[in-house]
Amino acid sequence: MILKGENVFKQYQHTSGKISALDHVSFGVENGDFVTVTGPSGSGKSTLLLSIFGLIRLTSGTIFFNGNRIDNMSDRHLTEIRKKSVGYILQSFALVPYLTTIQNVMIPLALEKVSKKEQQNRAEEILEYVGLSDRKDHLPRELSAGQQQRVAIARSIVHRPQIIMADEPTGNLDPALSGEILEFLRKINRENKITIMMVTHSPMAAGFGTRRLHLSEGKIINH
Amino acid sequence: MTITKLVLIELWKRKSQLITGLLAITLGIAVIVAIQSVAVVSEQNVAKNLDNLGANILVLPQAASIDDYYTSDIDAPTLPIDYVERILESTIAGVDNMSPKLTRRVSVNGKSVVLTGILPKSEIASKPLWQSSGLLGKQLTTSCAPSQTANQSHGMEDEKLKRKAIDTLYSEDCMAGSQVAKKLSLTANKKINILGKEFMVVKVLPETGTVDDDRIFANLKDVQALLKIENQVSAIEIMGCCNAISEGLLGQLRNILPDTRVTSINQIVSTQIETNQLMRKVTLVMLIIIFFVGGISIGNYIWANVNERKREIGILRMMGAERMTIYKMFLLKALLLGIAGGILGFLLGTLAGVILGPYLAGIVVKPLYIYLVWSILLSITIALAGSLIPTYLAAKFDPHSNLQED
Repeated sequence: MILKGENVFKQYQHTSGKISALDHVSFGVENGDFVTVTGPSGSGKSTLLLSIFGLIRLTSGTIFFNGNRIDNMSDRHLTEIRKKSVGYILQSFALVPYLTTIQNVMIPLALEKVSKKEQQNRAEEILEYVGLSDRKDHLPRELSAGQQQRVAIARSIVHRPQIIMADEPTGNLDPALSGEILEFLRKINRENKITIMMVTHSPMAAGFGTRRLHLSEGKIINH
Repeated sequence: MTITKLVLIELWKRKSQLITGLLAITLGIAVIVAIQSVAVVSEQNVAKNLDNLGANILVLPQAASIDDYYTSDIDAPTLPIDYVERILESTIAGVDNMSPKLTRRVSVNGKSVVLTGILPKSEIASKPLWQSSGLLGKQLTTSCAPSQTANQSHGMEDEKLKRKAIDTLYSEDCMAGSQVAKKLSLTANKKINILGKEFMVVKVLPETGTVDDDRIFANLKDVQALLKIENQVSAIEIMGCCNAISEGLLGQLRNILPDTRVTSINQIVSTQIETNQLMRKVTLVMLIIIFFVGGISIGNYIWANVNERKREIGILRMMGAERMTIYKMFLLKALLLGIAGGILGFLLGTLAGVILGPYLAGIVVKPLYIYLVWSILLSITIALAGSLIPTYLAAKFDPHSNLQED
């Protein structure tokens, strides 16, 4: 099992009182799974996704990654795990606006201090894989929404992570483009054996997963 | 791709913001460079003028009167000539030239004249200790002599100044000031009897408008023998470096010659000291203002940049950028701003000094390239100091809250 959560609890302090975003959630993700996390708005989907590798700190509960407990790790250690083993895809693409396509894709490799030559080779290889070789010197604003999300996908896999965490990756795309991106994620999952955990509120998108976690009011309703 | 390249790309792509960020620090550095360029040249000019006046420090016996700087050696009590060697052995910095002399009023042909014994340059050169002290290398001259180097380098052909540099004055030779020559009807190669000894007038000195016009100059040893005051002098004139005087040369001389009176041309030296101190204070005040204004300006620019790039910081942190990477991103940017601000400030300030110097201070200002190094160092210090807090806060940002700004 690549990922395991036990009694994951996250409570926010609000002016109206305490709000439980995640209410003692337990789950497990096997290596190679394509897990979709569904549920209505405010059900805690994104909180779960972002809290797993420390982007949000839990109130209580434990999380294991590759059998190692990570919820109590220091920020430095969690940063190291995210750098080497995790790829993120967000609804808003999260590209750096002043960098070209290839430069955006190179960022995870630069953070790992990979040599310039290898950065170039791997980025070009990945851009070929996502079909954007001819757009490598374009700025994000010069790309369509679908192309921008493909750049984000390329960036999330260029450093060969073990798991991709995708938060509503098709939320800003029309149905046709959504289907294209989801097909692509399924291809990555199957061909590269990369585990994917994807938050979505779209039943169509949820259908692409091999397993589903449905959240409601911070609790998992069914596996 | 490297973090450095990322910083450079970001700077290049946001040039307009870069210009506003640079402006304050560039102008600040330019103001300091301009003030300093003018001040340094002004100080050098005053120092040169002081040098050209001749000796500016007088060492007299304790009992001597110093009511009039220029005549205080006349008929003064005496002090040993060995004091010259004491000064040389002390390694005090800032003593450019020394001239021991013995002065007395004497009667010549029934008329009262001032006889001054001086040590010509050729005799000073014969003293091994003085040679080894290196003083000769500084153009040691006699009797209020400005250094030849100073005169030559500034193209001064003024006979009044040149005549003070007396290379040779043999025994039984003398030189007469213009007034005393008129009074005694002296001309060159004419003989004159002073206290029973015959002297040859080798030269009548041109008029200077000073007390020297009323003096007859003879070799110090002759005068000591005539007056029966062996190995004694009435004064030691010193050409002190102007800056050294302001930095306490008089006090140092008093320490090694405790039984003497050490005095200077007070008005000139104190004016110079006051001017130097004023310029230093103005520069210090400007420096403090510019440090805070420049620092706040750069800090404000970096803080605006941090806020604008919150999402980007969040994205980088999400992808595994350490806090140190975020520090590096913004401090590197501040460093580059500092270097650019220092160079531009130096160029602008130097240009302002060169253009405005002749109009404002009546002096010709030339670029002082050492200030390029200081400008860059100062600018970097200001930029880094101003950026520390925004950078610290940027690295402390919660990546998740920044990502949610979509």
